[in-house]
This record gives sequence, C-alpha cells and structure tokens, in this order.
Amino acid sequence: MRDFYGSTLNTMFMLGTAQYPSPHVLADAFRRSAASVATVSLRRESGRDRAGQDFWNLIRDLGVHVLPNTAGCHTVKEAVTTAHMAREVFDTKWIKLEVIGEEDTLQPDVFGLVEAARILTEDGFQVFPYTTEDLVVAGKLLDAGCEVLMPWGAPIGSGLGLNNLFGLRTLRAHFPDTALVIDAGLGLPSHAAQAMELGFDAVLLNTAVAKAGDPAAMALAFATAIQAGHLAATAGPMCPRDMATPSTPVIGKAFLK
Amino acid sequence: MKLLVNGMSMDVHSNTLEALLDAQGLRDAKVATAVNGAFVPATFRVTYLLSDGDSVEILAPMQGG
Repeated sequence: MRDFYGSTLNTMFMLGTAQYPSPHVLADAFRRSAASVATVSLRRESGRDRAGQDFWNLIRDLGVHVLPNTAGCHTVKEAVTTAHMAREVFDTKWIKLEVIGEEDTLQPDVFGLVEAARILTEDGFQVFPYTTEDLVVAGKLLDAGCEVLMPWGAPIGSGLGLNNLFGLRTLRAHFPDTALVIDAGLGLPSHAAQAMELGFDAVLLNTAVAKAGDPAAMALAFATAIQAGHLAATAGPMCPRDMATPSTPVIGKAFLK
Repeated sequence: MKLLVNGMSMDVHSNTLEALLDAQGLRDAKVATAVNGAFVPATFRVTYLLSDGDSVEILAPMQGG
C-alpha cells in the first residue's frame, strides 16, 4: 500500500465528517467504514456553545488520522492563513488544500492552488491538493513539493462518479510513483471501486455516506467496494476488446448438423 | 474599544488577545486566532495588543469534507 508523506494507512478510505444527522451517526459510520483518515475544518467558535470542543473530542476518540481542509477559501492568502491556523489547532503538518475558483462547480483555482502549495510546502506543510485531472497542473504541484495529488472525480457533493475516465487514467499512467487520491463527486460504491480499479491509491468522500438513508451501511458498502477495486487492480484485469470470443473451448465440439 | 469578533461588533475591555479569549470563555479552548486577516499563534496571544476596530477571528475544529 502507498504511503502518504511517510504514513502508511490501514485502509484506502478517507471519510469526511460533515452533514451527518448526528454525532452518533457520524461515529457509527466511521466504525463501519474502518476509514483511516477523517477530514475536518475550522469554523467560528462561540464561547456559549463551544461546539468545536465537543466535535474535537468526538474526532479524537475515532483514533484516525486527521486531515484538516481549507474548504471555502477562494484566495491564496485565505488558504495559507487557514492552513496555519489548522496546523496549530490539529497539531498536524497535513493540510487538504482547497482554493476554490468557481462557485457553481466548486472547481479548484489551479493557479492559486499551485502558488499556495509552494508557500505551504516551503513552510513545512505536507500538502494534499484538491485539484483537477490536468496533467500540467499535476506536474506543477509535484514541482511545488506535493507528494500526494487529489484529483476530483466530479464536482463536490454531486455524486456523479468519475466524470473524465480518460483524464484520470492518463494521470495515473503519467505519475505511477505518486500517491493519487480521488477526492469528491463519488455517489455510489461502484464509483469508488472503479477509481481503485484504475489504480488510484485511495478515495476521499463525504456526502455519499453522510446523506445516505443509512450512513453506517453505506460506509461499509464503500469500504467493501474500495477493497474489491484495489484487489481487482492488483490482480491484473483483462484487456477489453470489441469482438466476442467464445470462452467455452471450440475444439472437441460435437458435429450435430 | 470596539472590536469585530467573529463578524459581530462588540464593546470589550480586553487589551490583549489572551484577555479577549478569557472574556469569551475560550481561554483553554482548542481554538486558533487571527487578527485583521493574519494568523496569531497561541504563544503570541498574551502579548498581542488589540486596537480599536480590529477584526478578530476565533476558529475551532468543525465538521468538514
């Protein structure tokens, strides 16, 4: 299994912590998923509610790696400042770097992303950049010091699956030694299995589990699909072909006409 | 003095960032702070002097995807 900045994960499943009906459902989904990584964010805290403190206790008890994000940041400055605040609060060098460039699709601003990634890696961060499948951008992120890339499958929260199979397959082929994580847009376990069959190293998702009728059951379904897809990728899938070939031997067939 | 704390205007008597957190009931909370858009590390809060009109952000762990 691929390592992520020197950390080997027990499973190839990274799971978000947002949008669950309750903290109890969130914890149950994590237990069933056996996810190795939980993504978290930073938001304004009120001394009256202290909601963040309760949430942190819940996450700490899950016993997983914590990957803070810069969700909602639209500029390099916002993302870099948020990353610094996250490093202090969560006591980790890991940062899921998001610099959003377009509101309808939440598509990354890849120019700002590369700039922010360079600033943060030079400052000792271990950056997980939320990016597109663009090969040139991927190369520039690696030049900026990233050792992990997280291309989108589809727009965040859309559940559309892998929108650009060619692009993702090409990305995998061009960067065989880089840890690649499909991040965002997955809706069904079959999407996750497909990502793993393409040779990706992990998947990160949130909405598909949190918004399921039974989040814990869906978490288990995704975990199973991720395992199946990874096993298929390592087992050497057959090459597809356009024409049929009989699987039953032709030699020895009776002449009955 | 008047400060903007997490987007809300308030009159405070706290001179330092540390004192402001104390007044907000967040002295020992797991939070990160920024003033006027710049990160202020926890170790600097006790000496960081606030000025009238400063915009303070106090952020804590929250759900994220």
